[in-house]
Amino acid sequence: MDRERCVGAGMCVLTAPEVFEQDEEDGRVRLLDPEPAGIGDAVQSCPAAAITANG
Amino acid sequence: MTTSVPHLTELPLERPKGCPFDPPAELGTLRDEHPLARLTFPNGHEGWLATGHAIVRAVLADPRFSSRQELMQTPLPGAAAMMEMPPAAPGLFIKMDDPEHGRYRKLLTGKFTVRRMRLLSERIEQVTTEHLDAMERQGTTADLVTAFAQPIPALMICELLGVPYEDHEFFRRNVMPLNRPDASAEEQGAAINTLGEYLYKLILAKRADPTDDILGELTTTELTDEELTSIAFLLLGAGLDTTANMLALGTFALLQNPDQLAALREDPELVEGAIEELLRYLTITHTGVRTALEDVEIGGQLVKAGEAVALSAQAANRDPLKFPEPDRLDVRRNAAGHGAFGHGVHQCLGQQLARVQMKVAFSGLLARFPKLRLAVPADEIPMRTDSDIYGVYALPVAWG
Repeated sequence: MDRERCVGAGMCVLTAPEVFEQDEEDGRVRLLDPEPAGIGDAVQSCPAAAITANG
Repeated sequence: MTTSVPHLTELPLERPKGCPFDPPAELGTLRDEHPLARLTFPNGHEGWLATGHAIVRAVLADPRFSSRQELMQTPLPGAAAMMEMPPAAPGLFIKMDDPEHGRYRKLLTGKFTVRRMRLLSERIEQVTTEHLDAMERQGTTADLVTAFAQPIPALMICELLGVPYEDHEFFRRNVMPLNRPDASAEEQGAAINTLGEYLYKLILAKRADPTDDILGELTTTELTDEELTSIAFLLLGAGLDTTANMLALGTFALLQNPDQLAALREDPELVEGAIEELLRYLTITHTGVRTALEDVEIGGQLVKAGEAVALSAQAANRDPLKFPEPDRLDVRRNAAGHGAFGHGVHQCLGQQLARVQMKVAFSGLLARFPKLRLAVPADEIPMRTDSDIYGVYALPVAWG
């Protein structure tokens, strides 16, 4: 997850609310679940390519 | 390898007769054969036209394609297309690239998060109920645009930003010419100046006496008065003439697709997916543009530095490679990946506000009026064919 790339569009929160949240202050992505599974749709939905899934 | 592609001498804009929701037919034909083709822009610039979902998305995600105002070529005909544009004014971040764009955007993203927008649901419900009550009080017919679709998002954006709602008609009058390519350069310039002066005064007042709203909060940041005025201008303009069009045009589309309307009425839980599908199907912000900063090989073509690529979001959102049976409105479809809010770092900042407003407003409207219908024949609805943002100018409806 690259918080510098994040543009705070909120697509990951919309797509996988159990895995992602937005920081209250700057709106950028935070991880709720340190070992998330099945986040392919959230990766795809990110407009800024700020999320990558490893393995 | 570069293969030969068609060369259009103008952007197709005419929608098929009797199909007010469909993009121009030529765009579909082009997309299926040549998702990236040549296009002569209104000012004579020899650029490109992207119509395929994959290629539009690729261009928007690629930092080698710029949003900078001084590099911009305008694909839609009109006064703006013929002007040489200066660099964007401070704060006008949608016409900038990173890192300048990102600096502004990062100050705003925390104010438009999914959570913060959902917290507004209750207030949006209240406003929606008030407008539905007013419609019922005055009879059994109304123009849905003026009675419902325009005032609800206008009130919400004014409250959020901290702009007096009494002045919303004044804003609308001055925002409209900016979205209408046939407005003269003088008319557009006057509108920008009038709005700018108003907002500048408002910013000064908030700086002297900070208020508990987005503009008030922003006066406590590093932003200058000039930057804040531009940002206020962007947020207000975006809030006034977008969701309003989705509400009215979306209602029109549902009324013209009674099976889909019935499905949504039967299962109100479908509303969130239905909104994504309406966003895809209607794609009111139909055309964007980017300029290559360097030579880029993309879609089997070489786009040279300085060449502009017009991006047809409406053609991309009807791409059969991405959405099966794309010309069918299907409220049960998974429309994820549609480009109605754009893609890349400039993707719509206010999209979560738009979603919450649409959810509450569409749900409220359908629940209140089980017999909602058009009050005039469909072909008499005045369509916004002259606007950069599609929609209807009026939608006479009846419910008795």
